[in-house]
Amino acid sequence: MLDAANTVAAMEVRDLTVRFRTDEADVAAVNGISFALAPGETLTILGESGSGKSVSLKALMGLLPRQATITGKVLLKGTEILSLPPSQLAKLRGGAVSMIFQEPMAALDPVYTIGEQIAETVVQHEGVSHRAAMKRALEMMEHVRIPSAARRLKNYPHEMSGGMRQRAMIALALACSPSVLLADEPTTALDVTVQIQILLLLRQLQEEMGMAVVFVTHDVGVAAEISDRVAVMYAGRFVETGSARDVLRSARHPYTAGLLSSTVQGVMRGKVLETIPGSPPSLAHLPPGCAFAPRCSHVAPVCVQSQPPVLVPHPGAMVRCIQDKPLHLPV
Amino acid sequence: MLLFSLRRLMLAIPTLLGVSLVVFGLVHIAPGNPIDMLMPPEASPEAIAQMKIAYGFDKPLYIQYFLWLGHAAVGQFGLSVFNATPVWDQLVVALGNTVQLALLAAFFGFGFGIVLGLLSAAYYGKWPDKLFSAITTAGVSLPHYWCAIVLVMLCAVLHDWLPAQGMGDDSLPFYERLQYMILPVVTLMLIPMGVIGRLVRARVLDIISQDFVGALSAKGLTRWPVLRHIIKNAAPPVLALMGLQFGYLLGGSILIETVFNWPGSGNLLNLAIFRRDIPVLQATILVLATFFVLLNLAVDVIQAAIDPRIRR
Ligand SMILES: Nc1ncnc2c1ncn2[C@@H]1O[C@H](COP(=O)(O)OP(=O)(O)OP(=O)(O)O)[C@@H](O)[C@H]1O
Ligand SMILES: [Mg+2]
Repeated sequence: MLDAANTVAAMEVRDLTVRFRTDEADVAAVNGISFALAPGETLTILGESGSGKSVSLKALMGLLPRQATITGKVLLKGTEILSLPPSQLAKLRGGAVSMIFQEPMAALDPVYTIGEQIAETVVQHEGVSHRAAMKRALEMMEHVRIPSAARRLKNYPHEMSGGMRQRAMIALALACSPSVLLADEPTTALDVTVQIQILLLLRQLQEEMGMAVVFVTHDVGVAAEISDRVAVMYAGRFVETGSARDVLRSARHPYTAGLLSSTVQGVMRGKVLETIPGSPPSLAHLPPGCAFAPRCSHVAPVCVQSQPPVLVPHPGAMVRCIQDKPLHLPV
Repeated sequence: MLLFSLRRLMLAIPTLLGVSLVVFGLVHIAPGNPIDMLMPPEASPEAIAQMKIAYGFDKPLYIQYFLWLGHAAVGQFGLSVFNATPVWDQLVVALGNTVQLALLAAFFGFGFGIVLGLLSAAYYGKWPDKLFSAITTAGVSLPHYWCAIVLVMLCAVLHDWLPAQGMGDDSLPFYERLQYMILPVVTLMLIPMGVIGRLVRARVLDIISQDFVGALSAKGLTRWPVLRHIIKNAAPPVLALMGLQFGYLLGGSILIETVFNWPGSGNLLNLAIFRRDIPVLQATILVLATFFVLLNLAVDVIQAAIDPRIRR
């Protein structure tokens, strides 16, 4: 959260929308998200599959295919980047802003060694010699605590375990000391013990390097572990934002409440696992009212007619609902 | 890597032995007794028996095989049954003539194929893609002897642009002898161009749809470094196909060499079959098969050097 007006946000997003025009329909994947991220802060975007999380992150990097129409503003340390020419934008990617992916195996080139893949990023951004870049790659591999890093540098992706690959991916993403890291479900493909190690590593590296992180997940437990702030995404909109503690302890939006009570953590505390009835709306045919209304247990007639108000229960928090009191969770 | 190469080399040996067995067997599979072909029909039984001893046909079959193989290994395939010149000398000349065509056809065929394939993929779905895909499809689907005949008609019969028969006299200057190669090379390169072009296009499209290519842009790589990644990923199957195609070119096309009257290995094979010249046939097939196996061996090793997942 930006409390002082004179702090420049590491990244600020204003009313970002993404539409995909396909032959059959217009898909409204992202419908106006805004946030500001201070240096060193972690914002988690929490939401179900298909809510537009990955599309949002790709939009921030200018990585969407040509059939996507993007509006809104993305400011990096105060500079608008979406309107930059492609060559300038390419300089930022992997440099000032970098990204880690859900499936490191799919995100690494299978016929290049890990060392080469890290080094070429460094060469591209800093114009140093291949030798110096390889040395940086080695440092980064040690930094993310890959055992016998010098040997691993010469490994191909298929020669490493999933956890090791994700560490290598993190080493790659951090090689040029980005000020903003975008992490798209970086631990989803890993088993639980490795997940925790990677989360701890990310948090530690973030503190050391002072990066701002946008972390995407559908896992409430992971969100609780890593976030300073949480934004709950539904059908391409943030329906609730606030400090992690506030959002995850006293949810105000019925969707957040549903999400929290449908997690396994709830069950482990001896409660019945509740799922939200119904399924998310089609992004090609969004209703005029609240997109969650058809599934909401607190629905009122006004909800289906028009967009719910944006309420600010207290500074730094936001909820798109007709009410802004914390809901009693069944937990 | 070295281990992989050695293992592949070891695997090539049984393949080659198998080929040699089949080739050796040709003498015995071919209808008629090989001696009968050498001797006039009125030859006396004694003379025939003598001939049998002279050619070693009196020995058990496996002894005959090893003797033959031992000679073949040092290039001694004996004399041609047709004109009594050493088989090896004929073969070297014919192969040399075919290699000239094969190298040129491979160079241009593969070169155009790669360029057309890359451009098709780059302009996927747009008019350059449609045009280049039509060209490569024509390359694989037009019968190439038909193309050869059309080219001869056009360039040599209707107009007097290019020579279309033989390979020119040795006394001619180099550039004039080169003219004799143009029509056969153009005809021969059509298929390699077509198959390589189509494979390159398909491979590149497949690779750019994979997630890691998006991740390369996310690292901030610009167009050329990304292209390098795409090419390295696309290369192994393309190389394999090139090896195969080059092998076919080395074999020399019987049809093309006949149309252009080019004295190459395809032509030699054709003549040997008609003349029932078994030693020439055996030598040609064995040498070509060896080339083919070695070529594929080389391709395997290069592939494994590019893509570590192939090394097992
Ligand atoms: N290129 C595209 N063309 C059309 N629609 C697209 C395209 N890319 C994404 N979408 C749509 O955008 C919506 C949001 O997708 P997105 O990948 O952002 O979901 P997500 O929240 O990341 O889900 P998950 O948790 O499964 O990764 C989906 O409905 C998807 O079908
Ligand atoms: Mg996603």
